[in-house]
Amino acid sequence: MMRGFVWQIALTLVLVLVGAALEVGAAQGTADVWPALGVVAVAALLAAAVATRPLTEAVVLFAGAHLGAWLLLSGITGHEGQAGASFYLALAGAWLLAWRCVTVLSAFKPTSRQAAAVLGLVIPVIFGAWILIIWEAIVRGAGIPFLLLPPPSAIAVRISASAAILAADVNQTIFKAVVAGYAIGCCTGFAAAIAADRFVFLRRGLLPIGNMAAALPIIGVAPIMVMWFGFDWQSKAAVVVIMTFFPMLVNTVVGLTASSHMERDLMRTYASGYWQTLFKLRLPAAMPFIFNALKINSTLALIGAIVAEFFGTPVVGMGFRISTEVGRMNIDMVWAEIAVAAVAGSVFYGAVALIERAVTFWHPSIRGG
Amino acid sequence: MIPEPKQAASMAEIKNAVIEAEKLGLTFHTNDGPVQALANVNLSIGKGEFVSFIGPSGCGKTTLLRVIADLEKPTSGKILVNGMSAEQARARRAYGYVFQAAALLPWRTIASNVALPLEIMGVSRAEQAARIKRTLDLVNLSGFEKKYPWQLSGGMQQRASIARALAFDADLLLMDEPFGALDEIVRDHLNEQLLELWGRTEKTICFVTHSIPEAVYLSTRIVVMSPRPGRVTDIIESTLPKERPLDIRETPEFLAIAARVRDGLRAGHSYED
Repeated sequence: MMRGFVWQIALTLVLVLVGAALEVGAAQGTADVWPALGVVAVAALLAAAVATRPLTEAVVLFAGAHLGAWLLLSGITGHEGQAGASFYLALAGAWLLAWRCVTVLSAFKPTSRQAAAVLGLVIPVIFGAWILIIWEAIVRGAGIPFLLLPPPSAIAVRISASAAILAADVNQTIFKAVVAGYAIGCCTGFAAAIAADRFVFLRRGLLPIGNMAAALPIIGVAPIMVMWFGFDWQSKAAVVVIMTFFPMLVNTVVGLTASSHMERDLMRTYASGYWQTLFKLRLPAAMPFIFNALKINSTLALIGAIVAEFFGTPVVGMGFRISTEVGRMNIDMVWAEIAVAAVAGSVFYGAVALIERAVTFWHPSIRGG
Repeated sequence: MIPEPKQAASMAEIKNAVIEAEKLGLTFHTNDGPVQALANVNLSIGKGEFVSFIGPSGCGKTTLLRVIADLEKPTSGKILVNGMSAEQARARRAYGYVFQAAALLPWRTIASNVALPLEIMGVSRAEQAARIKRTLDLVNLSGFEKKYPWQLSGGMQQRASIARALAFDADLLLMDEPFGALDEIVRDHLNEQLLELWGRTEKTICFVTHSIPEAVYLSTRIVVMSPRPGRVTDIIESTLPKERPLDIRETPEFLAIAARVRDGLRAGHSYED
């Protein structure tokens, strides 16, 4: 198979050559980028040589990109803030190799289910890893102050060193406040939507007031909830309830109108009652809307609980930790909490999205037709 | 003044009428003022008849079917279905209704879609299974029980929706342009199957269409309607035998009836424009 010109490889070689030329003229005693430049150049040439076999090319690119990045990062140790242009050129070269690697992998059409699953995981992992690598390299290469932005490696060290504290915070904020508030908020929002659907006076009266609840500033509500429900997780759950109630209410109300006139006429021809029509037609048809609310609420709930902890809390919890560690200049701990919150939020969202796929398998957006 | 339908009166004396309409009228109140969808419709349909309603769009044929089904309320006149009011008849599940689109619920399999009316009517599980099998056999969809509607072709979906309308064994079948969205070949095939099904089940069928060959091929009686206001302009008794192969459509008898239907449709328009 003939293959065209691959611009990532070509550009990598150009960058490496320019980097090498600059390095020859550079002052001694700074970071040693020669090994990285060499590895990147060899990997680029090797990849071009084996381009007819995509899997081999991907492996070569993967190894070259990451070995190059590792050599760069270990070379900069002890020379933080002294990186020259050749350092960044080598980094860009390694990154281009990784880009080419992801491009090659994305073009694969795996035949087996397992291969597709592995590929679906590997591609975003490489992508995410390079965000961290570039972050690490720039922060250390340019010597950005720790307070401003710590390198990811320092955040990782902090996470493993403070695992027990982080676990206690997650337990307090997520497993108590978020879960309770999310469950209550979503359930009451759903129940209110059914009630508003059943009774006209509620539809006219409740929806505008629900709208107002959504507009309540969380900063103002949180201290009041602390006064009402105390310092512990109950007051944070109350804030989460207020935040998640309205998206669920509005989405469910709209979702209940999602069934077509013809489908509702069909139920009428069967002399179907209100509840039968609700359970057999209107609620299933509303499921895509309800899951939209569940997904929106999964992230809102986390934000609500963390922010609410800024306004009085026992000495545990993610929001509490963030607010106090900022004051103590322990920025790596703040970042550690942010990282944990991001992962927890993604897992929460992902779990809801998985359930959605199973429940609304019939919807054109999911069955793909 | 609305002219009296020419033949309507002569049809009034049918015995055991399944559907009786007397001076039926329906006016929709829209933002652009009142729209008279039906005016002075007199009609009587006997048990076991296959009656087609034909006319240009806007002639009220679908509205008439919806009035029979109690999906619209008439604003004047009287409608009786099985000797009771349309509302009572609907409450007693007197009819199965087939819509222009299949309207199958996408989250239910074909079998479970056919079971929908049975679940609502509280039929036992065992009886449901038996009826699903029987009605899917009737529309030649055996083997597709576990498929979802979106996995089937349009013609198969419409057959599934007919199976659903047959599942609870109402004696009356109301069909609103059920094959309008399908191509000619599938349509011919389904017309043939529908006739066969009608012959086997002896149900009364009201069938809305705007296709003259379809109306002539299927019906024992053809009700020709015209628009603004929607009214009956002619009622034509078919002289075709009950056994109707598809090539009956080339016979002079068939063409004569078709010509009369066409005349009726044209007459309905003549004093409109």
